[in-house]
Amino acid sequence: MKQEQAIIREHRAFGCGYRLLVFDCQPIAAAALPGQFVHLRVPGLDGSVLRRPFSIYRADGACLSILYKQVGKGTREMAALPVGQAVSLLGPLGNGFPMPTGQAVPVLVAGGYGVAPLCLLASRMATTGILFVGGRTAADILCIEDFERLGWDVCVATEDGSLGTKGRVTDALDPWLAERCRQAAPPPVFYCCGPDGLLRAIDVRAVKGGWLGWLSLDKHMGCGVGACLACVQRVRVKDGGSQWKRVCKEGPVFEAGEIFWDYGVKADNA
Amino acid sequence: MSGGASLSVTGPGMAVEIAGIRMRNPVMTASGTFGYGPEYADLVDLNALGALVVKGIRMEPWEGNQPPRMVEVQGGLVNAIGLQGPGVDGFVRDYLPFLRQFSTPVIVNIWGRTLEEYGEVAAAFDGVDGIAGIELNISCPNVKEGGIAFGTDLQMASQVISRVRQSTRLPLITKLSPNVSSVGRFARTAQDAGSDAISLINTLPALVIDVETRRPVLSNVFGGLSGPGIHAFAVRQVWDAAQAVTIPIIGMGGVTDAQGAIELMLAGASAVAVGTASFTDPSTVISVIEGIQAYLVRHGMRDVRELTGAMVRK
Ligand SMILES: Cc1cc2nc3c(=O)[nH]c(=O)nc-3n(C[C@H](O)[C@H](O)[C@H](O)COP(=O)(O)OP(=O)(O)OC[C@H]3O[C@@H](n4cnc5c(N)ncnc54)[C@H](O)[C@@H]3O)c2cc1C
Ligand SMILES: Cc1cc2nc3c(=O)[nH]c(=O)nc-3n(C[C@H](O)[C@H](O)[C@H](O)COP(=O)(O)O)c2cc1C
Ligand code: FES
Repeated sequence: MKQEQAIIREHRAFGCGYRLLVFDCQPIAAAALPGQFVHLRVPGLDGSVLRRPFSIYRADGACLSILYKQVGKGTREMAALPVGQAVSLLGPLGNGFPMPTGQAVPVLVAGGYGVAPLCLLASRMATTGILFVGGRTAADILCIEDFERLGWDVCVATEDGSLGTKGRVTDALDPWLAERCRQAAPPPVFYCCGPDGLLRAIDVRAVKGGWLGWLSLDKHMGCGVGACLACVQRVRVKDGGSQWKRVCKEGPVFEAGEIFWDYGVKADNA
Repeated sequence: MSGGASLSVTGPGMAVEIAGIRMRNPVMTASGTFGYGPEYADLVDLNALGALVVKGIRMEPWEGNQPPRMVEVQGGLVNAIGLQGPGVDGFVRDYLPFLRQFSTPVIVNIWGRTLEEYGEVAAAFDGVDGIAGIELNISCPNVKEGGIAFGTDLQMASQVISRVRQSTRLPLITKLSPNVSSVGRFARTAQDAGSDAISLINTLPALVIDVETRRPVLSNVFGGLSGPGIHAFAVRQVWDAAQAVTIPIIGMGGVTDAQGAIELMLAGASAVAVGTASFTDPSTVISVIEGIQAYLVRHGMRDVRELTGAMVRK
């Protein structure tokens, strides 16, 4: 983990409402693993005390890239950052995705910015697999050329049917899984990054099928380094109990079956 | 090794002694904002700190609150972590061996839910190798007294401080609650009950509401406000406390740079702590140390202790 003043080398619209930020930041780029993130201090964001977490999209040589969407005051301020500007980054943070082993076929499932870390993952894998990506409309579908260039199969689902299967990602995924089961093909290993609803859907499928799965969680963060305990997620432990884990430190990647999604829901109503 | 001034051949003296704890400089970490030490060790030279104050610890492990536990607001953040922690044994087992590798004094921040528990925690740390002192967080509800915070009732504050005092020989720093009408009276009570120093301010009571859903943002509903927005209030509280006591004061609240730290010292603090600013920039604590040093040079001062209470009144 390092703190670096990274210089913006490139900053532009990327399509689908996302922007690409490329930094000159050899120390973090060289150490980055797929699934890890950087904690970015938005320059000039007056009155703000917290950094913003972003998944690492690319890390080649001295260059580190992120893809981000403008959703609030920090990301809006980021959109105006000029090339040449220095930006403070902490990273690489968290644990990345474990690489697949044996016969397992990597099945990547992405929603929203979730394709960013999965892109880095696909580029670092020794094997190819399949990407399932979903969105509301064709304009939400990001980065699929990156995967196609690497020789991956890509399967798109849009809720309005403007691209690929009409419906949700799982509407494309489920028939594919069923077909593989019929053919007794090697088992899938899931890698999922996206909204909680998608993570839960993949979690359920992995557990039910007895397959391995890795889920990358998104939690609001304070320090990003494990010190403040703001980002905790309830996780099941081996003895049947459960405990808090820090998404920034023990995550953001967790194993399917581990997440205790509804922890505390009952206690809240009591 | 007494006093920094006589030793300093290259620059102004930075060493201070608070509650009998010798520190190489007056800048410490604020409890709960620097973990238990290892979290920031890749980024900050722990041997450069004046002291390291760890996150609040009670007797048993404690789960804290449900998330969401933190939200950013203009000029700061509101947290309701709920004092999640490993308990005394967990801390001694999992973190203390790491901390013993450093020469920086380690101060444990302690809390309890009853008078008895406060005493037990203090006793448990007494004589433990690697602990330089205790910071007593009294801003916690007393579960036996209808949940009134120990730190907001003079009699309960006095009782809990006395109990801890009797339970340990370690230097005792009482961390006052800012949620009172006269901090001076609580400061005086802390001194009378046997504290060797006081620290302030803790976070201010706060509530953040999502106007779209009309629900509180934090699952605990209420939280504590920290960060630059509370700094001027902290300076005033330190001033008020300094008028009431003779024991040293550790000032904190919204310090982001040397200027903020020096302000707290001019108001009466002998040392300062950096909290929320470590989240913004982990190197803040180092730049505050360097900035104080530069200030002393610029003002021709020979020792950092000259700053304490040195505000010039009009
Ligand atoms: C591990 C991780 C990786 C991420 N990777 C990416 C990425 O690659 N691309 C991308 O566009 N976004 C990513 N996000 C989400 C991104 O951090 C938020 O969109 C961003 O923090 C919003 O900041 P803001 O100031 O614009 O929003 P505001 O709503 O104004 O922010 C207010 C506060 O809430 C926090 N916050 C708001 N939304 C989120 C969110 N979804 N997740 C975490 N914190 C949030 C902010 O950090 C800030 O502290 C990631 C989040 C996490 C936890
Ligand atoms: C996330 C967080 C956790 C905290 N945890 C504790 C704690 O465990 N015990 C304690 O006495 N104070 C705790 N505090 C209060 C700080 O130590 C400090 O008094 C306060 O934040 C004001 O300083 P600041 O504005 O520099 O952050 C916590 C503050 C924050 C922001
Ligand atoms: S963000 Fe501080 S512990 Fe994870």
